[in-house]
Amino acid sequence: FSGAGGGNDIQWCFSQVKGAVDDDVAEADIISTVEFNHSGELLATGDKGGRVVIFQQEQENKTQSHSRGEYNVYSTFQSHEPEFDYLKSLEIEEKINKIRWLPQKNAAQFLLSTNDKTIKLWKISERDKRPEGYNLKEEDGRYRDPTTVTTLRVPVFRPMDLMVEASPRRIFANAHTYHINSISINSDYETYLSADDLRINLWHLEITDRSFNIVDIKPANMEELTEVITAAEFHPNSCNTFVYSSSKGTIRLCDMRASALCDRHSKLFEEPEDPSNRSFFSEIISSISDVKFSHSGRYMMTRDYLSVKIWDLNMENRPVETYQVHEYLRSKLCSLYENDCIFDKFECCWNGSDRQVQFFSLCTSDLSNIVMTGSYNNFFRMFDRNTKRDITLEASRENNKPRTVLKPRKVCASGKRKKDEISVDSLDFNKKILHTAWHPKENIIAVATTNNLYIFQDKMN
Amino acid sequence: MFVRGLKRKCFDGEEDIEGTLAGIKAIPSYNLQRQSLLDMSLVKLQLCHMLVEPNLCRSVLIANTVRQIQEEMTQDGTWQMINTQSTGQASLDRLVSTDILCRSSREQAEGKHVPGFSTFNKDFEGDQAQDSSETMSTASSVQAPRNLQSNVWEMENPQENKGNFQKSLDQIFETLENKSPNSVEDLFSEVDNSYYDLDTMLTGMMSNTKMGHCDGLETFSSPTTTTSNSNCKSDLNELDHIVEILVES
Repeated sequence: FSGAGGGNDIQWCFSQVKGAVDDDVAEADIISTVEFNHSGELLATGDKGGRVVIFQQEQENKTQSHSRGEYNVYSTFQSHEPEFDYLKSLEIEEKINKIRWLPQKNAAQFLLSTNDKTIKLWKISERDKRPEGYNLKEEDGRYRDPTTVTTLRVPVFRPMDLMVEASPRRIFANAHTYHINSISINSDYETYLSADDLRINLWHLEITDRSFNIVDIKPANMEELTEVITAAEFHPNSCNTFVYSSSKGTIRLCDMRASALCDRHSKLFEEPEDPSNRSFFSEIISSISDVKFSHSGRYMMTRDYLSVKIWDLNMENRPVETYQVHEYLRSKLCSLYENDCIFDKFECCWNGSDRQVQFFSLCTSDLSNIVMTGSYNNFFRMFDRNTKRDITLEASRENNKPRTVLKPRKVCASGKRKKDEISVDSLDFNKKILHTAWHPKENIIAVATTNNLYIFQDKMN
Repeated sequence: MFVRGLKRKCFDGEEDIEGTLAGIKAIPSYNLQRQSLLDMSLVKLQLCHMLVEPNLCRSVLIANTVRQIQEEMTQDGTWQMINTQSTGQASLDRLVSTDILCRSSREQAEGKHVPGFSTFNKDFEGDQAQDSSETMSTASSVQAPRNLQSNVWEMENPQENKGNFQKSLDQIFETLENKSPNSVEDLFSEVDNSYYDLDTMLTGMMSNTKMGHCDGLETFSSPTTTTSNSNCKSDLNELDHIVEILVES
């Protein structure tokens, strides 16, 4: 990873950064989700102000063979507005919790975006031609006096400046009592699930006035509530299988063929607790903040507060691999509990699945061999499952030069701090990277700091 | 008990210094830290009464932590240990274990007095500027050095305390529950039904605001008094919010 070894180690270079430069962050600009579409040509971000910004990759310039196309703003729209629930006297935040793209079927692009309560299907379409030469209307739309029409003509399409329009095609509302944390599109591309703290619903993309409840963990007596759903995802290939994770560090795999209400799991993935590390914070740090299937669906990855775990779907009693993201925080859990950082929900993602990228990969059957996740101080981490090497990089405007390889960072846990190392106490816990995304086919990554989006790509020789 | 206390790794660097002293000293230090953690957790749960619906995951995790501490304190027999130290203390110095959270708004609407903040102790008394932002800022100052004497569980006997504690935890979830609808679940869709009525809530709160912010502390005359203080900062917060809505409409 450091680049010294050659071979197929990826050397990451800064490519672009999007967003405001000043340190004073407007609340609405806080990025809350990042997602590439299936081709990687489009990159969507959602923010706390309910807006969606979509970037489009430029067509590759043949003369500039040393870099891939840049991402530029393609479309911006207000997806969700703040609402007020008068019955409960509570505000419903407009913050976009998740965006998921649908695979492209025609010229238009479709994505699902959700806030705490409502999911919307947006159609993003291009218009680069417009009809001209109407008989009854002027160019500006005013109707012509019919008596002045002496000849007839056929209207023709003429080119115009590209206009990208976003329109809401479906609104899936009123199905969630609690806050939606996940949406996941099924491999049948017809249905999707939405998960809140206590329930998971199954929707058909065409039908908005009803959904099926497939998981319900709400206890009859709310006083007995001790566990909530934290994330859910459909299996990439089996349209009847999905998983959901919990605040107690368990993952349940469910098969929708078993029964209408999947209250009984088919598999339960849970690692026994390490008694030597037991503390009052053990449960909190075991809470899973994200779950992602590998491309083949053979493995899944979970993120808890301190680590990333890879699970083999055939083995329920423990993960096959565990990677420590920032173990040096284990001795700081009390402070992190006090300032609420211990409740931060970090996401994780796999590398892209293109075969070319995985040329030397030993896991060619799975193609998922690099894991990326965020940390504090605008650091993010990558773990290579094959080489067992890991790297820490920083998303910062100081590394602003394109094609300059990013310098690996290191945190000094204790003892003497070496040069260029950062001590744990100097870490900025307000600078957290919660959302990252990896291009589905190329080595391009999008990393979101609080209000900036960084794009890095590998150094092309 | 000693061994258990020493093995725990839940507290940060500077506090470990106390733990490395002689074994006898390590125990009160651990208890102090645990008490501190408990106080912090209770304050965090209290702050769930905000304009935006509280994060259920966070609330559940904090509540589980509180339960865990309670269970351990019960097993350790620490209830009794602390009880013996509490004799002779002024009632104001005591940590009121029973009134952990505001009761649900439904109870307010029924005209009951709402119990006050639970974590008032000598330190809180000192912060006489009483508004909700102060409350939130004291969450971070909870770790400030405390007099162990002033942080005592107030109770007649451990069993009653445990029962009251459980009751308070239940109140927490009841409150959380009341922030969400209580409707019959429909397989296809959910309708939010709430038995809140704006007028009732408003009426309930108006009667409560006659008491000062922390004037209610003075009404804690006995360990078992739970109903005298009818004021919660968060209630005032909600009241302001409702008045704001009324004014706007």
